[in-house]
Amino acid sequence: MENAVKILVPVKRVLDANVAVRVKPDGTGVDLTNLRMSMNPFDEIAVEEAARLKEAGIVQTVTAVSIGPAQATDTLRAALAMGADDAILVKADGPVEPLAVAKILKALVETHQPDLVIMGKQAIDGDSGQVAQMLSALLGWPQATFASKVEMNGSIVRVTREVDGGLETIEMDLPAVISTDLRLNNPRRASLPSVMQAKKKPLEEIDAASLGVALEPTLRIASTLPPPGRKPGSRVESVSELIDKLKNEARVI
Amino acid sequence: MTTLILAEHDNAALLGATARAVLAALEIGAPIHVLVAGHNATGIAQSAAKLEGVEKVLLIDHESLAHGAPEPVSEAVVAVAAAYSHLGAPATTYGKSIMPRVAALLGVMQVSEITKVLSAHSFERPVYAGAAIETVEATADKIVFTVRASAFDAVGEGGSAPVETVEFTPTMRTSRFVGRESAGGGGPDLASAKIVVSGGRALGSAEQFNAIIQPLAEKLGAAIGASRAAVDAGYAPNDWQVGQTGKVVAPDLYIAVGISGAIQHLAGMKNSKVIVAIDKDPDAPIFAVADYGLVADIFEAVPELTKAL
Repeated sequence: MENAVKILVPVKRVLDANVAVRVKPDGTGVDLTNLRMSMNPFDEIAVEEAARLKEAGIVQTVTAVSIGPAQATDTLRAALAMGADDAILVKADGPVEPLAVAKILKALVETHQPDLVIMGKQAIDGDSGQVAQMLSALLGWPQATFASKVEMNGSIVRVTREVDGGLETIEMDLPAVISTDLRLNNPRRASLPSVMQAKKKPLEEIDAASLGVALEPTLRIASTLPPPGRKPGSRVESVSELIDKLKNEARVI
Repeated sequence: MTTLILAEHDNAALLGATARAVLAALEIGAPIHVLVAGHNATGIAQSAAKLEGVEKVLLIDHESLAHGAPEPVSEAVVAVAAAYSHLGAPATTYGKSIMPRVAALLGVMQVSEITKVLSAHSFERPVYAGAAIETVEATADKIVFTVRASAFDAVGEGGSAPVETVEFTPTMRTSRFVGRESAGGGGPDLASAKIVVSGGRALGSAEQFNAIIQPLAEKLGAAIGASRAAVDAGYAPNDWQVGQTGKVVAPDLYIAVGISGAIQHLAGMKNSKVIVAIDKDPDAPIFAVADYGLVADIFEAVPELTKAL
């Protein structure tokens, strides 16, 4: 029984964190044409944590799931190469809001019966930070957000969380939901053999529409614009000039 | 239309981000109630009652709420939600853990980390680590939101709202509190400080970080921040991290010492009123957002600055 724990890891395909963001001139969104897409960095941390728990013999299977276009298959293959056993692509074109994502994940939890869901604390495109909490609430499971340490002991999971002002440790009975913070681990780089192996691992595709979740956005994005620029600054030559400027020009000290 | 703001507190005191969320609520234009969910939290409710613009304080006092566990706290918010058109909280780790649960339980989306209120239904919020600003329109009959505290000032403390106690018993399965470890420091709170002095990887070690950054921060009465590189290298504790994955600050004065200015760091501080950068690399991206840039060896310039102040 101890070894029968199943983990579900949702992963999102997002604009690569190292690519400069270009806002479309007409204000309709961010231009993603021909730009490099990658797995959301917080999700990589979630996959890594799940893979480590499996390698430690604590977890039996790790299933990665992504909701999005056909290209999200690449993101799932990356998760499989990092150590996930199988993957599910929930096909959906166009953006899916966090609440709809949480409802889709809830449907998958009900069919696949994982004991633990581990996912990133936020996606670096929408910066919403909602899905883990929403899923936990919809399932009636306890949650541990912003995890920097996860220890499993039988059906109890102890999580250290990064909170304002320090760290908090909580315990949860499985099943439960965890969202990962940056310092939980350093995700591995998949080796070439594991990338090749990942191509043979099972990847199931299902249609988001088949899960009975409404996908139409409920929030309307009226515009997406670049942030207001700062007025150009100046160089100072010395510490005394800096102090003079801060006192007499900016008047902040 | 009435707005409910969930108060953030640590069961000892009301925390400053609450007063900032109340200002955002004032801009929505509806009457404002504040909910204090805690245990033995009467004193906190009384503090909340003093916030200007607050019409009524609801107090839900139950032992399950003693450590701010998001499961019972979100249930407590939902228990009173029927009376409100808008439900908000500061976008701190407390608010961020609770409000998406509230939204899901009410069957609506959350508008996360608003930085501007355009109308009762229209808000601005940053996406892509602040590289773009979205205007979001919410049309549901309940609007759940979190407030980026650094984008709003705090309301004053001249109010005297009545406090009403609400009975509540949680039913949801919940996490259990084990312990808390504070990061220490003792200086002003990073998220609300008027001046922030931040150090980066160029400081080279925890010893040098303390030796260079701390005296300057002390002299200025400033909070201490750090870049992710400095935190990852172990020079500074986690919760000093300023950036997309750390805290977002907007003080009157932000002094970046030995910080190159990666996008992820800029996302956390570029709305500061005045930015000073001190770094020896004249091409560091931080100089592009700095109002005053000093190209210098930080190990000489910063002690000189501390001494001259």
